[in-house]
Amino acid sequence: MSLASIDPRSRNTRVNRTVERIRQDFPILSRQVHGKRLAYLDTAASAQKPEQVIEAMNRFQREDYANIHRGVYALSQAATDRFEAARARVARFLNAASADEIVFTRNTTEAINLVAHSWGRKNLKAGDEIVLTELEHHANIVPWQLIRAETGAEIKVVRIHDDGSLDLDHARSLIGPRTKLVAFAHVSNALGTVLPVREVVRLARAVDAAVLIDGSQAVQHMAVDVQALDPDFYVFTGHKLYGPTGIGVLYGKSARLAAMPPYQGGGDMIERVTFERTTFKPAPHRFEAGTPAITEAIGLAAAIDYVEQVGFDWIGPHEDELLADATRRLLAIDGLTLWGTSAQKASVLSFTLEGAHAHDVATILDQQGVAVRAGHHCAHPLMDRLGVVATSRASIGLYNDPVDVEQLVDGVTAVKRILKL
Amino acid sequence: MTDVSDLRDLYQEIVLDHGKHPRNLRKPAEANRIGHGYNAMCGDKIDVYLTIGGDGRISDAAFQGQGCAISTASASIMTETLKGRTEAEAKSLYESVHALCTEEGAVLPDALDDDTADRLMVLAGVRQYPMRVKCATLAWHTMQAAIDGQASEVST
Repeated sequence: MSLASIDPRSRNTRVNRTVERIRQDFPILSRQVHGKRLAYLDTAASAQKPEQVIEAMNRFQREDYANIHRGVYALSQAATDRFEAARARVARFLNAASADEIVFTRNTTEAINLVAHSWGRKNLKAGDEIVLTELEHHANIVPWQLIRAETGAEIKVVRIHDDGSLDLDHARSLIGPRTKLVAFAHVSNALGTVLPVREVVRLARAVDAAVLIDGSQAVQHMAVDVQALDPDFYVFTGHKLYGPTGIGVLYGKSARLAAMPPYQGGGDMIERVTFERTTFKPAPHRFEAGTPAITEAIGLAAAIDYVEQVGFDWIGPHEDELLADATRRLLAIDGLTLWGTSAQKASVLSFTLEGAHAHDVATILDQQGVAVRAGHHCAHPLMDRLGVVATSRASIGLYNDPVDVEQLVDGVTAVKRILKL
Repeated sequence: MTDVSDLRDLYQEIVLDHGKHPRNLRKPAEANRIGHGYNAMCGDKIDVYLTIGGDGRISDAAFQGQGCAISTASASIMTETLKGRTEAEAKSLYESVHALCTEEGAVLPDALDDDTADRLMVLAGVRQYPMRVKCATLAWHTMQAAIDGQASEVST
């Protein structure tokens, strides 16, 4: 994501891609908090929703709703088509080879648990190694610990450098003949570091290990091509991509999914059930037991439409510019430390203020209308590695503007004044 | 310049003072009641050390740990408040402080001396910040667990 990547021709094809225009698509951004203009800087936790997503879900519920894969009546057939079209939309978004490689889940956490319980249980045994990184969110740690307890597999952790970038030399030394899986974040949720996906995938391929990439913090910032990156599994969640909660995605290579047993049993995932024996549908339906989040899948497809309409050729430079501006201005504040300063970085600013706890910072910022996340960011091991209890994290999305950055900087100045730092 | 007057209730001078210069931040060797507290939301940890004498009164109260201004100040004020009180009085104070932090219009018992009451009243500032109530009450939960001899960590 550099300015050099802007293609001037594609810029001309879309009119009015300005942040002022984009902000109008997000109704919540016009509200006030504590009587102040809302500066929403917590998109990494959950993104706000554009009118286009809200309306697509609203219209479906009002006009077209029915259960899917069941009825022979027109409404059910149409709803099924919409749901499967959403799957195809996700496949195109990730450049998957086929819509059958897209499994809908509740969120990233469920997608990782699905792989851990289905693929992991079947393929891991005592002595095998799962390689993670120090940057991982708890969602990409705990499921593997559960599988470790069941299978006797071991977990190895790739270190990071002090700037939050991955120590590739350490990755090289850890990934070896016993490695069966390398699972890592595409972008760190706590620091924003963009991981060197191609290098890590290459290391994993060299020892024939499977690869899972947690794309929760990546898909909203950059175009992801799963055929180019070549992981076995790529997971993300809808609500961080300007879509609804309750819908997530597991991309899995066809051959991998075909060889995996069901994760949960129930309706919709079976071919034929008798009390003696049940046969299962092929992927992806084998992994979607019960009525899925139909409206949310349609909302996710609308969110993808929206994001691609804005375009990553606009989103990337826009967010980079705000990130650079915010970085420069925050670093000018005496006593402020920025965590995660890797050159390859998405628009996340994790910081601490000397003499102030992250929660005091966030409470005072909230009073100024600035919404940031404070705490451990579901990454205890990373916080331990950095030697901090908690940080405040401002994260930038496509709708943020320079006023948001200014409000953040003014807010931090107010924190210092109120806490007499 | 943004208006910040509404925050003065929470970050009063006394809270900032105790937050920056906590009293009784130590681990007394003679402590005979110890509690471990943990706030899962923010990762704050606190250990509370009480020394209860033969007369059943708290002769020393101290704490260790790291936390936000609110939790540190609350712990610091608590240790100053507990000395000389019986276990029953300490537990009753916990109830009063909890009510003070959570209930609109809650008042402290008349029996408290003015100085103690003034110090505790500043904790009422968290009332308008529900997300921060646990910061203010963590030390008090932990103190109660220490008195009850609860060995395991208490979480708020």
